[in-house]
Amino acid sequence: MWRYTLKRLIQGIITVWFIATATFLAMHAVPGDPMSGDRAVSAEIRKNLEAKYGLDKPLSQQYVIYLGNLARGDFGISFTQQNREVNDIIREHFPVSATLGILAIVFASLGGILWGALTALYRNKLPDIVIMFFVILGISVPSFVFAAVGQLALVKLNDLLGFSLLPVAGWGTVSHMLVPSLVLGLGTMAYLTRLMRSSMLEIINSDYLRTARAKGLPATRIFTRHQLRNAILPVVTVLGPSIAGITTGSFVVESVFAIPGLGRYFVQAVQQLDYTVIMGTTVFFGSFLVLMVIIVDLLYGFIDPRVRLA
Amino acid sequence: MTPSNPNLETTIDDFAPLAAEQRRQQLSRPSLSYWQDAWIRLRANRRAILSLYIVIALLLFTLLGPLLWRVDPSAQDLDQVSRPPGAERMITLAAPYRSWNGEAVLPTATGLRLAYPASTQSVRLIWDPAPGAAAYRVYRNIVPTLPGESLGLPIAQTLTGTETRYEDRLDLRAETYFYTVVALDETGAELTARQALSVDPVAVITVAEARSRGLQSASGPLKIGDKVRFKLHPLGTDYLGRDMLARLMHGARVSLFIGIVAPLLFVGFGVAYGSMAGFLGGRVDQIMMRFADFVIALPFLLFMILFKIAFGIGPGQSGILPMIVALVMLSWPGTARLVRGQILQVREEGYVNAARLLGARTNYLVMRHMIPNTMGVILVTLTFAVPSAIFTEAFLSFIGMGVAPPTPSWGGMSNEGIKSMLIHPHELLFPAVLISITVLAFNLLGDGLRDALDAKMRSRE
Repeated sequence: MWRYTLKRLIQGIITVWFIATATFLAMHAVPGDPMSGDRAVSAEIRKNLEAKYGLDKPLSQQYVIYLGNLARGDFGISFTQQNREVNDIIREHFPVSATLGILAIVFASLGGILWGALTALYRNKLPDIVIMFFVILGISVPSFVFAAVGQLALVKLNDLLGFSLLPVAGWGTVSHMLVPSLVLGLGTMAYLTRLMRSSMLEIINSDYLRTARAKGLPATRIFTRHQLRNAILPVVTVLGPSIAGITTGSFVVESVFAIPGLGRYFVQAVQQLDYTVIMGTTVFFGSFLVLMVIIVDLLYGFIDPRVRLA
Repeated sequence: MTPSNPNLETTIDDFAPLAAEQRRQQLSRPSLSYWQDAWIRLRANRRAILSLYIVIALLLFTLLGPLLWRVDPSAQDLDQVSRPPGAERMITLAAPYRSWNGEAVLPTATGLRLAYPASTQSVRLIWDPAPGAAAYRVYRNIVPTLPGESLGLPIAQTLTGTETRYEDRLDLRAETYFYTVVALDETGAELTARQALSVDPVAVITVAEARSRGLQSASGPLKIGDKVRFKLHPLGTDYLGRDMLARLMHGARVSLFIGIVAPLLFVGFGVAYGSMAGFLGGRVDQIMMRFADFVIALPFLLFMILFKIAFGIGPGQSGILPMIVALVMLSWPGTARLVRGQILQVREEGYVNAARLLGARTNYLVMRHMIPNTMGVILVTLTFAVPSAIFTEAFLSFIGMGVAPPTPSWGGMSNEGIKSMLIHPHELLFPAVLISITVLAFNLLGDGLRDALDAKMRSRE
């Protein structure tokens, strides 16, 4: 177990290094540099600026400095916002994104497990058909449409009620979080429902279920202890990768609902070509995702005792 | 049984031995190749066949559409901006605008009234003088003015209390306006006296304007008072007055081009990479697959954005090619892994060993066994790669990192449409629905293909 954890962590660190290097190379392949902006800069000022940001050094040396800074958790200073550290930006905006993401994951996994189990129980009957219709919708509709429709629905709902039941945009209270996180989780929920349904159906004819039935166990106990518990396993496996999907989905949801999260900030940085922020956020998000996948893999060992992590 | 039954009458011939028949093993049913079998199974799947028709229809829409509907997707029709489909296209020809000096042609009435018939050229208002008024302020509202609520946009204020007329020429459209005139005292404060009127301006255009736009009247030369028809936009126009149908068709070219070419390329590369690793095996295989693992671990969309920037494509100037290159660079490892696994598996299969024992050469083994047996998996991967590529394009265009305007793409159109979705929902609806239908069709087709082609991966429904 410990050896496995250690091995995964080392692999994770190598992956993060790979991400950091790819980011570094990609950003240095950009033609032009942050100084070649709208204003013409005299050669002297340019030299001073390059010295300030360390851009006058050879690439290999810049790379070493960059890795050194990363190892110390320093992502540098924003190019477009005077003297604002990327660390500051991450510290300020990431908790918002994380809250939104965690809520979305909770919605998605609870919903996925519930709906998936329901469809499998009522296979080919009305509830199954209705839910699967929505699942197909959820898989084929892009996230920005969900976000727009969710916001539109909120506006109409508030209009209908005559007072503001839930805020249409912004961030701060629990009521601000509900609809955006639901919208964010919908795509994943649809995917998990589908997965849950097929994994439930797969074990419906299994030997251990027949044995449990033959032993005379009550149906509810068979359902919760045998069927559900085994069917959840594939859902847990894809939770790690689906965190990545939720992260990128949050770019859209945060933009539409005007939520001050890191995703919206990243989109802004991309549009303003704020290189250090783009690099910092990419490496940060990348490491976060790698960590999440490792944690999910380790959790898997606890949930399924058959999986020996050796 | 009765003895009269002729079948029971036996003769000596019946006891003669039968001639030994040469019975070879025979197939009772026609022999089907793998692909014929798969096609039969696919045809039995109604959802998949329907999706196939939808995909064909989409391809026709993309390829033939712009040939049939020859409207320039970037041409602006400024007379019809943000029109929903089926909007009124009739317009009346009117005389050129002449300035107004206060006379009225309409029968006099009291209160706020029209001096001339209202048109989109001008709305000429006259009102009764209010006692004690030093000036008047004119408000225009686009919704009925309710007591206690806003009167709308204050569009003008007269200089004296004797001036009881106003001519509104501010961006008039053929919709209902609600005017309110409020009297003001010397200090400019509003008095209680107010007069209101609702006005429906008629859409008009001058003969010269109509001629310059190439509009034709049904009855010969254009005369004042005739009605002419604006150009047809079957699906309406967008916020710049561009034809939605033409934009959707040209946008489909971009979206489907990316959605089909990028998967073809990265699946092709993945197949080559994966089969090479699988064939070579050993240390090379180890190193190659480890590299693929790292590429898989890269956060996909973050790196899509990063690569697009790296190829010198800033926001608002991006093209189609960088998007395809970035997609290929990041998406191939999934296919490579899958194909390598398949190759390793097939290589050890009994029938491959049998063929090898019978003296088959490597060439034959590859062409006859390896490729057909991995083709199913490759094809299924390809179908599922299409919707995800279309999604990626739509997502990137949505956050402003995709195909730059004026080139239309479905994602970009959705992005533009979302800004005005409350007033002009059709601008978001059409591209969003097309994206959804395309993704849905390819997903269902992929499901069907998987069921038909790959017995092992068949979904249990």
